Amino acid sequence: MSERASSARAPLRRALAWLDDRTGHRGLVRKLLVEPLPGGARWRYVWGSTLTFAIAVQFVTGFALWATYSPNAQGAWESVYYVETVVAGGGLLRGIHHYMAHATVVLLVLHLMQVVVDGAYKAPREVNFWFGLGLLHVVLGLLLTGYLLPWDQKGYWATKVATSIASVAPAAGPALQKVLVGGAEYGHLTLTRFFALHAGFLPGALVAMTVAHVYLFRRHGVTVRRRRRARRSPDGVFWPDQALRDAVACLAVMATVLFLVAWTGGAPLGAPADPSEPYAAARPEWYFMFLFQWLKYFPAGTEVLGAIVIPGAVVAVVAAMPLLGRWRLGHRFNVGFATAVLAGAGLLTWQAYAQDQADPEFVFAKEAAEARTERVMELAAGPQGIPPTGALTLLRADPLTQGPRLFAERCASCHSYDGGDGLGRELAEAPTAPDLKRFASREWIAGLLHPELVATPKYFGGTAFARGRMVRMVQSRIAGFGPAETEQLGKVVKALSAEAALSYQAEADSADRDEIAEGATLLASESMGCTECHEFRGTAQARRGPVLTGYGSREWLAAVVADPAHPSFYGDRNDRMPAFGRDGVLSPEEIELVVAWLREEWYRESVEGAR
Amino acid sequence: MDPLKGPPARRGFLAGAGACVAGALALLAPAWSSLRVALEPLRRSGRDPEMVMVTTLAALPDDGVPRKFPVVADRTDAWSAHRNVPVGAVYLRRAGESVAALNVVCPHAGCFVNVAADQSRFVCPCHKSSFDLDGAVNDPSSPSPRDMDALEVEVRDGDQVWVRFRNFQAGTAEKAPVA
Repeated sequence: MSERASSARAPLRRALAWLDDRTGHRGLVRKLLVEPLPGGARWRYVWGSTLTFAIAVQFVTGFALWATYSPNAQGAWESVYYVETVVAGGGLLRGIHHYMAHATVVLLVLHLMQVVVDGAYKAPREVNFWFGLGLLHVVLGLLLTGYLLPWDQKGYWATKVATSIASVAPAAGPALQKVLVGGAEYGHLTLTRFFALHAGFLPGALVAMTVAHVYLFRRHGVTVRRRRRARRSPDGVFWPDQALRDAVACLAVMATVLFLVAWTGGAPLGAPADPSEPYAAARPEWYFMFLFQWLKYFPAGTEVLGAIVIPGAVVAVVAAMPLLGRWRLGHRFNVGFATAVLAGAGLLTWQAYAQDQADPEFVFAKEAAEARTERVMELAAGPQGIPPTGALTLLRADPLTQGPRLFAERCASCHSYDGGDGLGRELAEAPTAPDLKRFASREWIAGLLHPELVATPKYFGGTAFARGRMVRMVQSRIAGFGPAETEQLGKVVKALSAEAALSYQAEADSADRDEIAEGATLLASESMGCTECHEFRGTAQARRGPVLTGYGSREWLAAVVADPAHPSFYGDRNDRMPAFGRDGVLSPEEIELVVAWLREEWYRESVEGAR
Repeated sequence: MDPLKGPPARRGFLAGAGACVAGALALLAPAWSSLRVALEPLRRSGRDPEMVMVTTLAALPDDGVPRKFPVVADRTDAWSAHRNVPVGAVYLRRAGESVAALNVVCPHAGCFVNVAADQSRFVCPCHKSSFDLDGAVNDPSSPSPRDMDALEVEVRDGDQVWVRFRNFQAGTAEKAPVA
């Protein structure tokens, strides 16, 4: 059998011999694998290999991501959303690329600290130390450029801070910023430039420097600690003992990354970048948080010191370590300096997170951003999908996103919404106008026509109408209603609320069709007295209050918001409400968004699914 | 001639120099065109932006409290022309028939400045720069290197408020427009 096997392998062996004759590949492989290791294989030699592994993983996953990515302002977020949620395995791919980047930072710091502690920068390894330092900076550049590419709120606003720091640099700063950003404003060119750096220039530099770094490392061999040299264990070679250790370490790195992907649910993707919606909770990734915190300590005029001079000096000291290490106390200084920098960075990082957690504005901004993210995902997955103008269009045309924001900005100085400002925050001052949560619903109208509720701040309590005709009517006439009239009032409430044609009340409206028809007749009749002041379907004795035809409907609400002092509504009795449309405070589109939000007309996944 | 020793010195120098010059000439066009494209943003200089209508006088109460308005204008982003998109925001403050406009962007690091809860001043949520309602820095510990950026305003037809909206370089003491 062995004879047959060997004869079967003979052509292969011959082919390899032919190849070796032309290329000399056997010698190369031997040279690569038979690296002498004084003192034998060690676990502590694995860090360099894990870094090479991490970089290789970034190349593989990076190419796959590249194949789905589109660097443009209306397509970047969308393409990342697509690979994350639609492409099978895309979430895992992004997760690995994201957390392997984090792992690279950790491994780099470990590797650098080991080199410093072991004094591995000493002659003849100085040049290799500098290559390593260069690699560190290339990796930082990759992290910085990669953070922007998903074009979400977090990456967008955090990177804006980073590029404006670049502009602080003396002389060439503003020019450098312009070249990086591709102009004065963030846009298409920022993405094409950052992508070219992230996927082309920096990886190219990384490969070239890694090859030089590994070549020099092989030229000098591993650094053996002096202690070990004394009680020397037998020498070994790289293959297979050290290779096994390295492979196990790489596996452990990969397992950690996969655990992080599973634990966090993958790489984050926030809401799409919105240049008109600043994100107060924008923070860099954890590995840059110390710099973010550090810059807080530099007031006007001293930013250059914090952003450029001091960090530059720290890097210069690290670069000088091989030279400093020659002096008697130099090595101790180097170890102390590296430890101090690392500890300082750790302290600043902790401070940054602690301060953010204690800041209610940050917590609010973060929660708002999370809600926005969830919402855009829901809309993007909805029947409409993402339009070619980008996912931001979805959010800008979404009543559930824009309604609360507009309400808080323009309406909440007088009105409340469910007791708050629309965004769920408490009002700064007590509301002076009705609460508009579920305006014109049956419950809302029933409360308005309730003798004990009509003059509370939830309805007319804070307005000039608190002592008006309507309140008096409710408090005297309706308060005196007997059982028959109360039943009639119930029908009137249903009829008036049906005028609004509220989608969330559609089922009840169609079930109570007969009562609503009766109620509409009552509304127009003299017995109820509504038409003494209000017009309803053409019937009116006088027009003192708002028209009730179509009360609370989309058109009615839009018209009131546009001009409450119009004769159809409050006329010259209008109490302080601005004419948002007539005076150009809100655009017609904005009014429609607020109205649609008040009427709860927005797309919801669950609602759509139930239909 | 010994191949390891190479040609005589003078001929060697001429050949080497020739190789360098020829190689550099060969690379000149690709390097020059690449650099030109990479540095193109430096050559682009913006024209003065057009004035845009922001709101009407009626929307501005005469109580001296600034109101924030979005500025909607056309914006060109490289190859995309956007019509009527928010390009920024301004604080408008009215005194009689005249209106003052401030860009909401903080001159320190580019955050959006808020009106303080008591409406007596502006505060930046990022690094706590503090400004008077007319935009002047009012606290020496503010990190902002200059006052808030005033913008050119015009009231047209006695009612319409028009603003020449632009952004300025953040972080510098002088107010340099970006575009």
